[in-house]
Amino acid sequence: MKVRAQFAFVFNLDKCIGCHTCSVTCKNTWTNRKGVEYVWFNNVESKPGIGYPKQWEDQEKWKGGWTLKNGKLELKSGGRMSKLLNIFANPDLPEIDDYYEPFTYNYARLQNAPLSEAAPTARPLSMISGDPMEKITWGPNWEDDLAGEFSKRGKDKNMDNIQKEMYGQFENTFNLYLPRICNHCMNPACVAACPSGSLYKREEDGIVLADQDKCRGWRFCQSACPYKKVFYNWESGKAEKCIGCYPRVESGMPTVCSESCVGRIRYNGIMLYDADRIEELASTKNDQDLYEAQCNIFLDPNDPEVIAAAKAEGINEDWIIAAQKSPIYKMAIDWKIAFPLHPEFRTLPMVWYVPPLSPVQSQIDQGNLPLGPDGAIPVAGTLRTPMKYLANLFTAGKEEPVLTAMNRLIAMRSYQRSVHVEGVADTRPLEAAGITEEQAKEMYRYLAIANYEDRFVIPTGHAEERMEDAYGFQGQNGFTFGNDSSSGISTVSLFPRRRKDTPEPAELAPRSDKKS
Amino acid sequence: MDYINFFAFGIYPYLAGSVFLIGSWMRFDREQYGWTSSSSQLLSTSGVRLASNLFHIGIIGIFLGHLVGLLAPFSIWHAVSLSMLGKQYIAMYGGGFLGILCLIGGAMLWWRRVTNPRVRAAGRASDLFILTWLLLTLLLGLSTTFITAQHASHGNADTMMAMAQWAKSIVLFSPKPELIAEAELIFRLHLFFGMTVFLVFPFTRLVHIWSAPFGYLARAYQIVRTNRASAR
Repeated sequence: MKVRAQFAFVFNLDKCIGCHTCSVTCKNTWTNRKGVEYVWFNNVESKPGIGYPKQWEDQEKWKGGWTLKNGKLELKSGGRMSKLLNIFANPDLPEIDDYYEPFTYNYARLQNAPLSEAAPTARPLSMISGDPMEKITWGPNWEDDLAGEFSKRGKDKNMDNIQKEMYGQFENTFNLYLPRICNHCMNPACVAACPSGSLYKREEDGIVLADQDKCRGWRFCQSACPYKKVFYNWESGKAEKCIGCYPRVESGMPTVCSESCVGRIRYNGIMLYDADRIEELASTKNDQDLYEAQCNIFLDPNDPEVIAAAKAEGINEDWIIAAQKSPIYKMAIDWKIAFPLHPEFRTLPMVWYVPPLSPVQSQIDQGNLPLGPDGAIPVAGTLRTPMKYLANLFTAGKEEPVLTAMNRLIAMRSYQRSVHVEGVADTRPLEAAGITEEQAKEMYRYLAIANYEDRFVIPTGHAEERMEDAYGFQGQNGFTFGNDSSSGISTVSLFPRRRKDTPEPAELAPRSDKKS
Repeated sequence: MDYINFFAFGIYPYLAGSVFLIGSWMRFDREQYGWTSSSSQLLSTSGVRLASNLFHIGIIGIFLGHLVGLLAPFSIWHAVSLSMLGKQYIAMYGGGFLGILCLIGGAMLWWRRVTNPRVRAAGRASDLFILTWLLLTLLLGLSTTFITAQHASHGNADTMMAMAQWAKSIVLFSPKPELIAEAELIFRLHLFFGMTVFLVFPFTRLVHIWSAPFGYLARAYQIVRTNRASAR
């Protein structure tokens, strides 16, 4: 058992209103620079829809993620040799039009235009070439709120194995929002596909980063990520991706997308997992068993054996406590109401989703829906969004786990309704859904109230342990020029390096648990 | 004209070589953020697969051909009983073939870089310069083939021999510019253009050649980095 800690997310789709505040705060923080205008580390898709970039979920087209070749885990785009043979031109690379051509408007024209009969217009300009664009034909969220005809959004990969024609009719149409960021996978395909070894997973918190100094622009990460959440900065020629807001997370703050979420749908927390089992579980034969397989990789943070093993790996006490209080663990493991996005990509993603109930009030009013025992809330499976669709998103098409989760969400509501409306606690729906009254109350607190302290349980990073020489660091970094604050990569340098080490002994004090 | 020849083939090789090595080191040391292949495939994919592969396969083949043809000791050719004239024919046909591959690919890339508005806007002046320079060097090299063919038809391998001997004299630090001072101008121009590629190498996207990722073949797929001081 090799215990590692993972900074993980749950997004509660039941409460996502598709306001894109997460996208905007993320964009303003990280990708409002030249070369990454088209890049959204966080984006929100209207589903059904083909998404950003177009058809990203179709791995027959993009060859992202992993596949089993003779029972062995291999990159779907091909192994190491095929990477080197294709290095001059990546055959699976999306083009910028698959995302969208980033644009701005010629606002100056509104002020500079000569006097004319008609009001002056601000024409769109390409943010790459600066040329005027005839017409904007695609954007980061072109299908917002089911915009466009069904024949186009019906190409959504999750519509596979669904008689989709009927959902094209207005009365039967359904809609949900899918906010997406990098999944900071436990078995990341981007890391595996990088020929120069610039992408890496941080051992301390599992955040996946692209080393900007080591990246050589070979572009295989961009095509290997099945979620298409690694991007190529066309200005710098380097790969960039969601950094899990690690500077914030290290100081105990939630990611900026999570913090700014007005619907309070985002949860950040720690999960402990067994790194020795990654390959075994990611190689699970049947796609539909991958969700359960991933549940099995997580370790119980209250198990004394796990705690001892975690301490032996150097995981600090406060991280273990955070793992015990983790909202992610509650939702994914205790209540089983959260699911990974497309586990069949075999990357073991660590952004999980609570599936959404669908608004059906008018159908209830018209008596078109079968209702549960409370006579007010419909039963799972009769909701507007087809179970199969959600199962295709979260469990490679296996409906049963999603159905169980939906029943628990409904039972919790039904129970709370009995408490607040009838004034008498009715626990029968809870029993039917397999949760206790305690759990239902806690679910209510986490999902409906969603207090800040419950949503975000983030232990601070231990910078003091990471520094080779903390004494030498203090007072040395500030406003300097060039790459002074970087300690560089090569150990042998052509130039005299500014010395920052101190004569003080750099040994750390022994850990509290190693004393005596 | 002697002093020009002396400079171009006695001193310039060392100048270019020094800038190549020290410049690359400096850039690697100080400015790795700019050390990249600078691919523009994202901006426009169409035709890139053909053009880029032709260009790269051609130019790598030509580079290796030059390396072996110029620097391998003559004794090797004697050992495999390959006459100098035979070697010259191999160089002409092999080099000519790879050169044409490279020329087709390179011309396609050049055209794309000049006409595609996105690639043009995203590229740097140095990108267009180095591609143009490489193509000019290539064209000069390809045109020498015709002169070499004339030599060969007279059973003459002297110029080729002289080139190889000159290259070895440079590498062994006893430069003999006089060896090629009498060669046809086009040979000397080709040499000058070729050496200039090394001179400008550290200041262009060519630095990505240093980073050819062969290590990937032997690497584990997953990379986990730790920051814990105790783990270092």
